[in-house]
Amino acid sequence: MNNAPVGAPTTPSSSLPVVSDDRAEKRQQLINDAVIRLAGNSQDGIQAIGGFLARLAGRSAQEVMTYMTIPSTISGGPSIFQVRIGSGEVLSAGDEADFLVAFYQHSYKDHISFLKKGGIVLYDSDHVQPDLADKNYIYVGVPMTGLTVEALGGTAKDKGKNIFVLGLLAKIFDLDVTKLEKLMTERFGKKDTSVLNNALMAFHAGYAFPVGNIIDLYKFESAEARPGARAQVTMDGNQAIAYGLLAGGVRYGAAYPITPWTTIMETLRSELPKYGGLFVQCEDELASVSMALGFAFAGHTAITGSSGPGISLKTEAIGWASMAEMPLIVVNIQRGGPSTGLPTNVEQSDLNQAIFGGHGDSPRVVLAPQSVEDCFYIAIEAARIARKYSTPVFILSDASLATRIEAFEEPNLKELMINPKIDLSPREPNFKPYPLEKITQHAPPGSKIPEGQYPLITGLEHDELGHPTGSPKLHLAMTAKRRNKLRVLAEEIPVPEVYGPSEGNILLVGWGSTYGPIREAVDKSRATGDSVSSIHLRHIHPLPNGLEKVFEGFNHVLVVEMNDEGVYGYGQLASILRARYCNPKIQSVTKTDGLNYKVREILDRTKASLETALIKR
Amino acid sequence: MSAETTIPASSQTPAQPDKLTKKALTADHPTWCPGCGDFAVLSSFYKVLEKKNLPHENIVTLAGIGCSSRFPYFVNGHGAHFIHGRAVPFSSGVSLSRPDLHVFVFGGDGDGYSIGGNHLDHGARKNIKLMYVIMDNFVYGLTKKQTSPTSPIGYKSKTDPTGAIDRPVNPIKKLISNGATFIARTHATNPAHMIQMMERGMEHNGFAVIECLSECVEFYPGAFDAANPRKGGAFNLIDEKKWDGTAEDEARHDVTDEVAAFKLANEPFPGLFGVFFDVDRPTKNQLEKKWIDSSREKLAGKSDLDILQSTFDRMK
Ligand SMILES: Cc1ncc(C[n+]2csc(CCOP(=O)(O)OP(=O)(O)O)c2C)c(N)n1
Ligand code: SF4
Ligand SMILES: [Mg+2]
Repeated sequence: MNNAPVGAPTTPSSSLPVVSDDRAEKRQQLINDAVIRLAGNSQDGIQAIGGFLARLAGRSAQEVMTYMTIPSTISGGPSIFQVRIGSGEVLSAGDEADFLVAFYQHSYKDHISFLKKGGIVLYDSDHVQPDLADKNYIYVGVPMTGLTVEALGGTAKDKGKNIFVLGLLAKIFDLDVTKLEKLMTERFGKKDTSVLNNALMAFHAGYAFPVGNIIDLYKFESAEARPGARAQVTMDGNQAIAYGLLAGGVRYGAAYPITPWTTIMETLRSELPKYGGLFVQCEDELASVSMALGFAFAGHTAITGSSGPGISLKTEAIGWASMAEMPLIVVNIQRGGPSTGLPTNVEQSDLNQAIFGGHGDSPRVVLAPQSVEDCFYIAIEAARIARKYSTPVFILSDASLATRIEAFEEPNLKELMINPKIDLSPREPNFKPYPLEKITQHAPPGSKIPEGQYPLITGLEHDELGHPTGSPKLHLAMTAKRRNKLRVLAEEIPVPEVYGPSEGNILLVGWGSTYGPIREAVDKSRATGDSVSSIHLRHIHPLPNGLEKVFEGFNHVLVVEMNDEGVYGYGQLASILRARYCNPKIQSVTKTDGLNYKVREILDRTKASLETALIKR
Repeated sequence: MSAETTIPASSQTPAQPDKLTKKALTADHPTWCPGCGDFAVLSSFYKVLEKKNLPHENIVTLAGIGCSSRFPYFVNGHGAHFIHGRAVPFSSGVSLSRPDLHVFVFGGDGDGYSIGGNHLDHGARKNIKLMYVIMDNFVYGLTKKQTSPTSPIGYKSKTDPTGAIDRPVNPIKKLISNGATFIARTHATNPAHMIQMMERGMEHNGFAVIECLSECVEFYPGAFDAANPRKGGAFNLIDEKKWDGTAEDEARHDVTDEVAAFKLANEPFPGLFGVFFDVDRPTKNQLEKKWIDSSREKLAGKSDLDILQSTFDRMK
């Protein structure tokens, strides 16, 4: 809680219930930002609590961001869900938590260090024995398991504990009970009524617990919606990509499951039939990219996607898309690599693969969304670019964006929605599938070519009609044709705005999911008088024209990314920017711990790398 | 298809006024070696297309990589030359999303049974509507004589100089066990039979595969002489049941009996020719369409925008 630090530590509650009836409820404090970390096992349904809190915040015009880890094992295993709710702009899920909800001893032990000094540990006193001697924290023990069992009539074992905790949090933060009940009804009401009734009973048991006798209660400052703003929608990054694709006119796709990509294909598989489209689960990634290209050849804007290992398998066919000039969207939800790597951790180490993956000179477009909201818009843009330039387009998201829930202003679907059309009109008699002087536009089967030669779409080097050729002149001309269309695209990409003054000492350059923490780092640095600005790239390949002018305004350009500095000491984007601009000012800040950047880390690493950079020079 | 997309729904597109001729269908002159079996497959395909008189713009010829996979360049029609081994999933994408098109796939034994072997299994299992002619020469032609998945044991290739040692794939058995709904075997030296098989394959509503022995005169000459009467071999036909109730009919092959088909496929080389298996099973095309139709029915004419908007309303 940034603006309202918790007051003097209250007496730790050792044995429970420690509610003394003679103590009056403590007062309510107004706050504008809170980070709550829920720690338990993956089967405890803590994601559900986080989800409810996030949706509630979304409905209250508040900003919200979540962060979660899921164990890669199938059942059980520790899991956390962190929710940050704010009345102002929420940029990251927060470095430190104000509240820790600990279900088990291991949850307490593993996560207490993430709690800020003076923070509150809300623990299940049936399972957790905290170290009460550590006076850095405030302890609130609640027999969550026992009280839940009691509330539900002792039949439900541990089930419902999560909803009990939701009730408890609703009390602590004076959350809107009516709205929460409505959310629960929407979520559980479809099943048989006993499920909803149990949930409501557990919720009210938690809500009735007299926690106010132990600690202060809080209330979020009411967030005023921007005048004229549309209502907020709440979803995770993978949903945002899936719905963005639907809005962008994508109706066909194929893929093979892999974490953390899978939820996109699950959504599309069930949603697309409603739109008259189809998503196919294939036998492997080779088949799925091939089928997506079959859809593209048939005249559709098609999508395939995967994570790490699966993208490697698709590489050969993506090269075909480059050569044959077929529109195709490839979504890569990056995770830690190489090989099976860290399947449920975050990393930005597939940038080189996206730009250069595969044999030969095979130009393709690479876009990277910076937030959940941006996942939606970038998917629409990817579809537009794929169609306009007849090219494969990568969307490089990551494990962090994929599972993170954010609330954002509802997009204006009426304006954005693209209705797909296939142009089967007869082409001119001498139609050329690969005209040298124009950007290729595919004539899908079904289009008549009067008296002419039908086009052949091919991965062999070809002439303008698609005939195979080994002509040096044509390979030169066609290679240039495939590359030049990306140069044309670069001209229409705007240079992103610099966050902070456009001149100063340090410019932080980021891409992808590090957007929030980098901005927060800029805010914090500026607050302490340091001259730091940032720029965030969404178009990675081709880069927008004119970045060199932005770089001119700063003494140091530090590229912050979650990948390895490699043999030569520069991360993947840093290497590309150095190659592109030959500017020794460009330095690299990288890390490979599989975790999101904390704001603190960016600040520390920036300082450290500046020091070494100065020594190097 | 959303309301705005305009694709004729039926594959029974009206016949065109101009008769489809061999001339209209002929494209580049084939780059195959003189005498290659694949020439005969191509001219049989022209003949079947002429006879069927399909709308020219709706004929689609697709292939992977190999000598045989060069096929699409030699047919004047919409076509694509994809990558090695992946012709089946690529073609499945075309078939599933465009019911108005006639999808024909051509390729070799390496393309179909080795690098693409898994895709063949899954295309068969999914029963995608298309016709796939596999021009089997028991060798890798394009890469100049390496062992193929159908090379017989003992065949001397550049990768098996002392003779192939791995048990060859039995294509017919592979196809039966994976659920292909039309399986035939023919020989490029018998155009009349090839044409007959292709016609039936085209008429079949489902995954129709024709295994077609097609000699590579360059790297495996004489491979199929044993199945060529002009070379002293025997072209033994499958005697299909006529369902005429006669006593002779008892002994004939029931094309819907997969155990019987499996037994026929066990005949030693040169084996039997004709239709091994032919059954009706709903295609993936039909099953997916059924799901799409029922999903759309429930939405009672809502536009794409309305549907997405109501999803977003639920996320508020
Ligand atoms: C991924 C990949 N691996 C290998 C090759 C090389 N290659 C091209 S065709 C071929 C085999 C062709 O044999 P087959 O499919 O039987 O066709 P044929 O030439 O005999 O008609 C091979 C190995 C390739 N093009 N792509
Ligand atoms: S190498 Fe063999 S398969 Fe290839 S064209 Fe020549 S004869 Fe035909
Ligand atoms: Mg072969």
